[in-house]
Amino acid sequence: MADLKPLYTLFSAAGQTPPAIPQDAHLVAYGHTIASIKSVPGFRIDVHTEADSLIAEIVVARGLRNSQPVHLCFGLYEQFGVQNVQLKFTLEPEAELTLLSHCLFATPLAARHAMQGDIRIMTGATLRYQEAHYHGSSGEIEVVPHATVVVEQGARYLADFSLVQGRVGHLDVDYTVDVGDDGVAELTSKVYGFGTDRIRLLERVRLNGKGARGMVKTRMALKDDARAEVLGIMEGNAAGARGHVDCMEIVRDRALASAIPEVRVSHPLAKVTHEAAIGSVDSQQLETLMARGLRPDAAVDVIVRGMLR
Amino acid sequence: MTMLRLLDVSLMRRNAPILDRLSLDMAAGEIHALIGANGSGKSTLAYTIMGCEGYRPERGQILFLDRDITTLPVHERAHLGITLAWQEPARFEGLQIRDYVGLGGKGADVDACLRRVGLAPDQYAERPTDKTLSGGERKRVELAAVLAMRPRLAILDEPTAGIDMISLDALIAVIEALRAEGSSVLLITHQPEVAAHADRASQLCGGRIVFQGTTAAVLDNYRRRTCKRCDGETCHG
Repeated sequence: MADLKPLYTLFSAAGQTPPAIPQDAHLVAYGHTIASIKSVPGFRIDVHTEADSLIAEIVVARGLRNSQPVHLCFGLYEQFGVQNVQLKFTLEPEAELTLLSHCLFATPLAARHAMQGDIRIMTGATLRYQEAHYHGSSGEIEVVPHATVVVEQGARYLADFSLVQGRVGHLDVDYTVDVGDDGVAELTSKVYGFGTDRIRLLERVRLNGKGARGMVKTRMALKDDARAEVLGIMEGNAAGARGHVDCMEIVRDRALASAIPEVRVSHPLAKVTHEAAIGSVDSQQLETLMARGLRPDAAVDVIVRGMLR
Repeated sequence: MTMLRLLDVSLMRRNAPILDRLSLDMAAGEIHALIGANGSGKSTLAYTIMGCEGYRPERGQILFLDRDITTLPVHERAHLGITLAWQEPARFEGLQIRDYVGLGGKGADVDACLRRVGLAPDQYAERPTDKTLSGGERKRVELAAVLAMRPRLAILDEPTAGIDMISLDALIAVIEALRAEGSSVLLITHQPEVAAHADRASQLCGGRIVFQGTTAAVLDNYRRRTCKRCDGETCHG
């Protein structure tokens, strides 16, 4: 029996308006309790719980072009808790899907959310995956999303990860994406760390197929005593592979950031580039906004919020 | 009425004098062109008037409507009605043109400002003010933001550089519109056809004003210059 009231409460606590989840295919889980699940023709979700995990398998049928997004809602409404998710996700050939993953941890005082994903995007399929985290004021939230993604011939994986509301707590992202012939992988991450937040972001894209293309883009703002380590790894392993790593971090106060864009090329006809910029707010940006009358703190906020939008 | 007065302003950058005992008066509603070779101090003067970081004069005073603003920060000068359009405007990820243009002008008609600089609102308003804009587009957005602010003093640093000839007419119309709305304009330019719209002009060389008068006279003097400092060496002293 669907019980979405706690979900709406969690969205409300995060200052968000809940999307029209009941009408769309979805999976809603609080901790390891499945609150609601809905499949639609061509889109199948099988979920069960084991002792300390939620095990989900999602299959999108060949050629399905779902105009409505699919929602995955994970969260906790207790003050303390753990949520472990094992997700196996398969997009069959030529399918196309937008997956919205809402991770709601605005209310717990201390919690751990771990996800181990195994994602396969088959020939010619497209997955747009948007993972948005909504946290509260507690710095004791631990988020550990790890995944391996296989992008087959001509397939596309377009992923956006954002954690820009509330304290990050401890974030440990580890994604590895293997891209086949003419496949595309674009990973964008946006994180706003403050207080004593600790962030580790490892995103590795291996362009293994001819003409494969990849992009790892990171935008991060840090202040107070936050710490971040960003590793963007791009490998060009086949003819015509093109990849780029783009990392920009704004650091204020006592925050510390490191960015290690790593490019590896094992084929003479592959090309991989990178750019990384870490520093305080750009002085010309700041003064441009101040020349419009914004106070310095308001100008910084406009710059940071824009970068993380 | 004197809008802006610089009195004996000197500024050093990296131990070199960039502005050297420079004095300048601008009347309310005046369009004043600054003309000079690269490195003569035109942009430095713009940043100094705006109060940018690192451009505080070692000596001299800047008065705006008789108030000493020499030590005021940028945003307080903006509150008094001064603004600056940079020669190479900054770009902002995630900041839509509509929001950017409207930042300094509460209640401004952003669409009208965009149209005045030749940008169709339905094509541009929702776009980000980032590197996806060409240099010319970004400069037009900058002018739209200045228009929206309805400043008392607009400092335009090379507003037409990198702009095609068709857009040039539109941008000259913007300068005239600023004048019509009562703004003073300090216009830094290399282009005689743009400077010709100014009421008066000053020729800079080596961080000093070496000639001042009607725009035609200053342009004529600049064309006939014989000193090599106007082309990179120093001509006074």
